[in-house]
Amino acid sequence: MATLTHDAPPTSTAHEPGKRGLWSWITTTDHKRIGILYGLSSLFFFLVGGVEALFIRLQLAAPNGEVLSADAYNQMFTMHGTTMVFLVVMPAAGAFANYLLPLQLGARDVAFPRLNAFSFWVFFFGGVFLYASFFLGGGADGGWFGYAPLSTQIDEVVRMDYWALGLLVLGVASVASSINFVTTAFTMRAPGMTLMRMPVFSWMVVVISFLLLFSLPMVTVGLVQVFFDRNLGTLFYDAASGGEPILWQHLFWLFGHPEVYVLILPAMGIVSEVLPTFSRKPLFGRSFVIFSGIAIGFMGFGVWAHHMFTSGLGPVAEAAFALTTMFIAVPTGVKIFNWLGTMWGGSLRFTTAMLFSIGFIAMFVIGGLSGVTHSIVPADSQQHDSYYVVAHFHYVLFGGAIFGIFSGIYFWWPKLTGKLLDERIGKWHFWLMLLGFNLAFAPMHFLGLNGMPRRTYRYNEGLGLDLWNLVSTIGAFLIAVSMLVFLWNWWRTARKGTRASGDPWDGRTLEWSIASPTPEYNFARIPTVEAEDDFWHRKYGEDEEGNAVPIATAEEVSDDPEPPAGLHLPSPSYYPALTGAGIFVTLMGLVYLPWGLIPAAVGALVILWGLFGWSMEPIVKEHH
Amino acid sequence: MKHELDSRRRRRIFAAVVVIVALALAACSTELPQNSLNPAGPEARKIDDLFNLVFWIATVIFVIVEAALIYVVIRYRRRREDQQVKQVHGSPRLEIAWTIIPVVILAIVAVPTLRTIFDLRSEPDPSENALVIDVIGHQWWWEFSYPEYGFTTANEMHIPAGRAVSLNITSADVIHSFWVPQLNGKRDAVPGRWNHLTIEADEPGVYLGQCAEFCGLAHADMRQRVIAETPEDFEAWARAMAGPAAVPTEGLAAEGWATFERVCAACHTVQGSVEVSRTIPIDGEDVEVALAPNLTHYASRTTFGGASFENTTEHLRAWLANPSDLKPMDPDRNIIDQGRILGMPNFGLDDAEIDGLIALLQSFTLERP
Repeated sequence: MATLTHDAPPTSTAHEPGKRGLWSWITTTDHKRIGILYGLSSLFFFLVGGVEALFIRLQLAAPNGEVLSADAYNQMFTMHGTTMVFLVVMPAAGAFANYLLPLQLGARDVAFPRLNAFSFWVFFFGGVFLYASFFLGGGADGGWFGYAPLSTQIDEVVRMDYWALGLLVLGVASVASSINFVTTAFTMRAPGMTLMRMPVFSWMVVVISFLLLFSLPMVTVGLVQVFFDRNLGTLFYDAASGGEPILWQHLFWLFGHPEVYVLILPAMGIVSEVLPTFSRKPLFGRSFVIFSGIAIGFMGFGVWAHHMFTSGLGPVAEAAFALTTMFIAVPTGVKIFNWLGTMWGGSLRFTTAMLFSIGFIAMFVIGGLSGVTHSIVPADSQQHDSYYVVAHFHYVLFGGAIFGIFSGIYFWWPKLTGKLLDERIGKWHFWLMLLGFNLAFAPMHFLGLNGMPRRTYRYNEGLGLDLWNLVSTIGAFLIAVSMLVFLWNWWRTARKGTRASGDPWDGRTLEWSIASPTPEYNFARIPTVEAEDDFWHRKYGEDEEGNAVPIATAEEVSDDPEPPAGLHLPSPSYYPALTGAGIFVTLMGLVYLPWGLIPAAVGALVILWGLFGWSMEPIVKEHH
Repeated sequence: MKHELDSRRRRRIFAAVVVIVALALAACSTELPQNSLNPAGPEARKIDDLFNLVFWIATVIFVIVEAALIYVVIRYRRRREDQQVKQVHGSPRLEIAWTIIPVVILAIVAVPTLRTIFDLRSEPDPSENALVIDVIGHQWWWEFSYPEYGFTTANEMHIPAGRAVSLNITSADVIHSFWVPQLNGKRDAVPGRWNHLTIEADEPGVYLGQCAEFCGLAHADMRQRVIAETPEDFEAWARAMAGPAAVPTEGLAAEGWATFERVCAACHTVQGSVEVSRTIPIDGEDVEVALAPNLTHYASRTTFGGASFENTTEHLRAWLANPSDLKPMDPDRNIIDQGRILGMPNFGLDDAEIDGLIALLQSFTLERP
């Protein structure tokens, strides 16, 4: 298979001028730095989205609450959902994918380093753009999936224009990343790494990249139609003029459903790396885990109308989508059983990373089962748009994706920073978060079945909703406390954490064969891969009974400590950030049409400048 | 480092689980007015039966999988650093088994699911002689029209117990959803099309519901009541509702009527005196819908304001003084002829006008024959 390497003679730019300081971060094309930028942004938005959630829970702690006005509340839940999906979980996946994909593949960077930086800057400016709305008239208030015609109804207020344009541009970032990751995985694997020897996390990145590439066009069409209806007098979603509101739902959910698999598969990939490491056993049924990830990706395109079971699809369509939705549980179950099989017979070490992965399994089973109950169309006609759904998706997205992300954070922290997060504090973080999470979201199953609809800024007394809402609010604040514990762990580790070796966990994949923190050039010598979990196989053989037997220490089989001379790395560039900034200005202009055409035109010129400079700029910069 | 699952902690966890399960079961069985697990009619009961089946299957799977997880975590925790670990890669036989078994379980669940989907009549069999009611969602109240009797009302739907009621549901503006959990699942009210839902209550009673599709500012305050009566009581109610309002000719109420004609009649229909509506196309046909709740026989209602406030003098006074005090609305953005009606404006009524209107509305009683 073709491989691209960055080993170009002879100019040595291994030590770039300006490696420190803000400018070096703005112009970086190093996948590791870009991954860190994504990670920091994701964490920041997680705290913001969390505060929005705390406001929501304060308002709902008692019946007829008066903490937030209805208007403020509607902005809170819309922005909470939008933030968590688009500005937290997706960029967190982006952070891990960016940082780890080249390392797991034995490569020095991704296929398109500047496009990589561009993805980040577009995401970053997209997030800033979305949140600018709060300071300029109010945040989006139509729900995170903005059903038309509510989203197109009040066109003289720009809130939903921020929402539509923000989502459009975040889609651009995802498409750019997807192209990058697919190309990297297909062309830049180390010699000997067949696709089936590629780590499971890397596989999941490939699957979600395809999911995004095929699903984003649908929602892009819908969002453009919403923007046009709001600003240019079109009537796509105007029923009185022959438009069709249900069309929005189809277009959105054709994206929205694959999107939720985009949100969960990277976390499943993380779990698939963490469990074997701390069980000291290979991932059970590895190829089945990979194939079920692919199957989930495919089948994910066949279930979208299960979000529309109450919209009047008719019994035939309802029956069809009930079946497809039920059966997507099968590959999901395959993964769970294989994870159990991985731990079975292993030697389990309960590091914080391991606890979060085990917690993922426990919580995801609950969320997965409530999801299957949603496939039962008649039952869903009660559950849909109630707090039962809110319970379901928080179990899979928080108990699933976020727990998986924290597992990854504790697991790969030493590779990133050269230090180990404190395990004792980590365990406090885990248990508090697990308890708080279940207190916050388990009661929502009951609230939904007891008839509490979602997206309601208040509820009446006498409906039996009081106690569980209060419990849920307490749980939410406990989650907040657990986040403070995590932040304390981070701060404390930065100040006086234990130094980590290159392989602190006795890991299995290639990223553990290099130093911690990762050297700038990743690998001094691109490894030749001879097996799946290649690094483990360098350290351990098997005796006649199949037990692992040490044959070498990590130090003996790790990468060379010194890079060769003449190693070229991608040069920094400010054009990606500049183009991103141009996009930001253009978006701001588009919000305020028609006079906004002027700043939009300025922004477009900046974009053109950025793209032109980018394409004319040499990949290797001469240094004078 | 202490082990996470020593026996003292295990006992505490077990106790916590027992408490939680007990609370959960308690939550599932209470008699609460919007409880979908407390069905009061055949449709809701079919759903509840199906859900119970699936729920218990899911519970069994939950217990098995979580128990396996807990077992693995306890049994295989690292006891010695140099523990021997067999590097097992997988088992194709297990893979087949745990692919096929879930497929079989799902297939078993699929059969009653599909049957119930087709059985839950969205439109009842003609032989059932169902009562037909048109439901039109507005921001933020429900319009109920009884074509067989020729009247329209708002937010409170009377139905005969023990008889199927066929709802034709649409919206005059954005998407809403009609949901009375004890009687059936929900059905969206989508502008431009008719959706159908059948409800039926076994016994007379009051069944509460709420709009279940986010529709803007006062979505939470868009509620409905279904009041099931004996067939005779319902018939009496319906015939009386079809009659015109008795417009008062003297006293405070008559002054209220004068105010009404000046201020309220632009939007509120009062049968026999004021007819206000607009026409919207639904499925290719022109349908007349109201601008604001029909106030004929207003005094017979138990609630108002999207069934969110008890119909008391005090509430009415507060509403008429400034409707947006009670319920968050945005009437400044009303463009009535384009169908964008986001609530009742504050008309700056003084106390005398309010007194008159209250007297008027409270005079709009319902005389059942």
